[in-house]
Amino acid sequence: MSAETAVLVALGLPLLVALGIVLAGRVADNLREAVTLGGALCLAWVVWGLLPDLFAGARPQVTLSEVLPGLPIAFRVEPLGMLFAALASGLWIVNSLYSIGYMRGNNERKQTRFYACFALALAATMGIAFAANLFTLFLFYEMLTLSTYPLVSHKGDEATVRSARVYLGVLLGTSIGLFLPAIIWTYHVAGSGDFTAGGILAGNIAGADVGLLLALFVFGVGKAAVMPVHRWLPAAMVAPTPVSALLHAVAVVKAGVFSITKIIVYIFGVDFLFAEPSSGWLVFATAFTIITASLVALRQQNIKRLLAYSTVSQLSYVVMAAAVLKPLAEVGAAIHMVAHAFGKITLFFAAGAIYTAAKKTELHQLRGIGRRMPWTMGAFTIGALSMIGVPPTGGFVSKWYILAGAFQADNLLAIFTVIASTALNAAYFLPIIFMAWFAREEAGGVEHGEAPPLVVLALLITALLTLGFFFFNGPVIELETQLVEGMTP
Amino acid sequence: MDLTPHLPALQVVAPLLAAPLVVLLKPRGLAWAGASAVAGLAFCIALAMARAVSAGAVLRYDMGGWSAPYGIELAVGPFSALLLLIITGAGLVAIIAARTSVNRQIDAARQPLFYSAWLLALAGLAGIAVAADAFNIFVFMEISSLASYVLIAGGPDRRALPAVFKYLIMGTLGATFYLIGVGMIYMMTGTLNLADMEARIGEVAHTNPVLVAAGFITIGLALKAAVFPLHVWLPNAYTHAPHMVTVFLAACGTKVAVYVLIRFDFFVFQANLPGHELQSTFFLLPLAVLGILVASAVAMFEGHLKRRLATSSVAQIGYIILGASFATEAGLLASGTHLFNHALAKGGLFLAVACLACHYRDLRIDQLAGAARSMPFTSAAFVVCGLSLIGVPGTAGFISKWLLISAALEQGDFAWVLVAIVLVSSLMAVVYIWRVVETLYFRPAVAQPSSPGEAPLSLLLVTWLVALANIGFGLAPQFPLTLSSAAAQLLLGHTL
Repeated sequence: MSAETAVLVALGLPLLVALGIVLAGRVADNLREAVTLGGALCLAWVVWGLLPDLFAGARPQVTLSEVLPGLPIAFRVEPLGMLFAALASGLWIVNSLYSIGYMRGNNERKQTRFYACFALALAATMGIAFAANLFTLFLFYEMLTLSTYPLVSHKGDEATVRSARVYLGVLLGTSIGLFLPAIIWTYHVAGSGDFTAGGILAGNIAGADVGLLLALFVFGVGKAAVMPVHRWLPAAMVAPTPVSALLHAVAVVKAGVFSITKIIVYIFGVDFLFAEPSSGWLVFATAFTIITASLVALRQQNIKRLLAYSTVSQLSYVVMAAAVLKPLAEVGAAIHMVAHAFGKITLFFAAGAIYTAAKKTELHQLRGIGRRMPWTMGAFTIGALSMIGVPPTGGFVSKWYILAGAFQADNLLAIFTVIASTALNAAYFLPIIFMAWFAREEAGGVEHGEAPPLVVLALLITALLTLGFFFFNGPVIELETQLVEGMTP
Repeated sequence: MDLTPHLPALQVVAPLLAAPLVVLLKPRGLAWAGASAVAGLAFCIALAMARAVSAGAVLRYDMGGWSAPYGIELAVGPFSALLLLIITGAGLVAIIAARTSVNRQIDAARQPLFYSAWLLALAGLAGIAVAADAFNIFVFMEISSLASYVLIAGGPDRRALPAVFKYLIMGTLGATFYLIGVGMIYMMTGTLNLADMEARIGEVAHTNPVLVAAGFITIGLALKAAVFPLHVWLPNAYTHAPHMVTVFLAACGTKVAVYVLIRFDFFVFQANLPGHELQSTFFLLPLAVLGILVASAVAMFEGHLKRRLATSSVAQIGYIILGASFATEAGLLASGTHLFNHALAKGGLFLAVACLACHYRDLRIDQLAGAARSMPFTSAAFVVCGLSLIGVPGTAGFISKWLLISAALEQGDFAWVLVAIVLVSSLMAVVYIWRVVETLYFRPAVAQPSSPGEAPLSLLLVTWLVALANIGFGLAPQFPLTLSSAAAQLLLGHTL
């Protein structure tokens, strides 16, 4: 299979899987789950198969059709998108294992629709990862929003529908109201929206307009959850936990920060943006988001909402790293996408495992739970340590690179923010870990053991990935170094 | 024998002649079959002409062999061809789907008359699009209007009667204004043929009667086109009409008047009357903007599904007028494309409404709660067409929105205001569409459907055909784009 075919297969396969799930869902549940799992394995095999070409420096590209003159639906695989696609497709396998255990363990309704929408969301994610221009990116960005809406509103009761409305309203509103005009503005001044090494805007736009366009992009890509467009993420926590885990810790939110990073690197051009003072506000905005979201997380009582605010804060790490505009920081942004994905999916898996085994959702209920669910809480601990950035976890690697990039740019604000938020992360995660392992369990609680085996298996895998990323991150860094070739250090 | 030169005449003559014959087809179902066949023929003719003119050519036909400007001339250029596609396409799709819906709403004895009126409306609307002189435009406008009054009032809903009366009064006013304007121009130039008029009006451009005529014609057509604030007849007429009539008329009824307005304006006035471009900038553009904002806002709070969609039509006509009022090629391109795309989106939405109406007598939105459970395919089609109306990428509506914003960006100082208005109204569309979607999918059912289950298969298939067309023309919009871009060039070059 040539690389070009592989790109098309990666885009089409999840759609076929969705169709297969709908058909198989009418026959038997086991068959449907087999289709999901098989589809996830095939997708990962196809996507990961592209990696050798990328390391060799190839950039496979495919043009599907030209919708309007100069506005093609086209795909081009480059290091950042490759990383994102590999991450999402790989974790889909683990998440499918987890979903099966979770959805069965909780007797969730409408499971066929759930798995089908999940596959559609993955198709959209692949489209975002491989998009060769802004128009294609936007197309799949909206598809991702729409395909995840039924997942968020899965439960279907009044409160869930209200949260889903916030979810759709914020994501669709920002994308139509801000992202779309930013894209059209870009096409208008640059004559194209192709992702090009070094950017396409230099010389076409200058002064305060640069900062304004950047703002339209950053807030238009609501999925990156830079404050004040972060409200949808806590709202999305009403979804079943596998959705929160893969989509709202990996695919959807990473699609947001990935888009912003890609736009900064390939549309603005890092060096152009660095030389332009009106772009400086972004570091302040992200620093504010990191600190504020961490402070809000400190006050949360619900496990998933705490994780959501932690995600808001961690996403802004990526955007801030991209906004520092130095090669090491861009690499740090890419690595943090991976490190945070491993850590946060582990945390969500653990939260879902606790819900499945004990129906517990609040922090204060976690006293002493480590003794009943040692595997789950062990994984939770590893995930939390990665959020704080303690070695030997993946979070340490990315923080190292982000800090190095910040020093490269002499950006004191970024340095201070990383340090301060590390302290805050420790302040809200360490008490939970302490409480879970060492506090005495409240009397009169329900008797329960570990979560279903598939659930535990999934979260152990991701916990191992979190640890493993500390030791085996060479290929990722090698790949992403290609991203920053030619940038001024 | 090559029929191509005769197609412009056949386009009108076929449905016009068939209309009285259909009345004679008394046996049950025969009138429908006959009318469908003729509508299908009309669509094929329109398609053939669209292919012939898509390169920018113009098909001309002299009625009775009398050459213009003395005889009656028919002319079909890319713009007319685009419009004919919309008219005949909507007429065909609606009539194919109509059978079950009409059987429910209209007694068997009156059905031949109903289908006859349908063909007359089709002939009248098509006639407006092919006519090349101002007076025959008026004649066909009257034919189509009278037929549509009959169609709207033909359903079982008694509330349609006051609605149609209002429409009749307003429509007659509009037609009369148009006729007064045409009369004045005839008085000053001595001609009714548009091409001739264009050549001669320059000599008398400075005279008051011509200025007054321009005013009368613009207002009269704006009334017919339901341009805000002359739209008050539209929501009630569409709401209480038989469902299939709503599909037909919502897709093409007002667009024909918009077409005449644009054509008359660019063809006769724009180049010849000094300072006429101010009419676009200071009259049509503000009205379009107001229409977009006010109608979208009203639609958000409208409780009846059909009326909500009808009100949204007023806003969508605002988009079409807005693009045209830029008087640039990009603007006209956006306008023409949106004529087509809005017909697709709104036609699809009203088809879905007709599906819902098979099981829900009361179409107030809160009564439709939970309908998606028993009618999943209908609801999904509603979502697809709704997304197209909002302008989500991958749907036809996105193409016109992209073109409109691109055209607005060329408008100098006010570009950002215009872009903001288009975007804000898109967001309002999200609200008024998604409230319906939420109600269909998530609210607990209030009213019990008369019989649980999906709409009849024929209706459902047609609805999905239109829904898929919304996606198809969103990913491959070359065909309508070619026509409307050729139309935009011709309108600015005054060669139609």
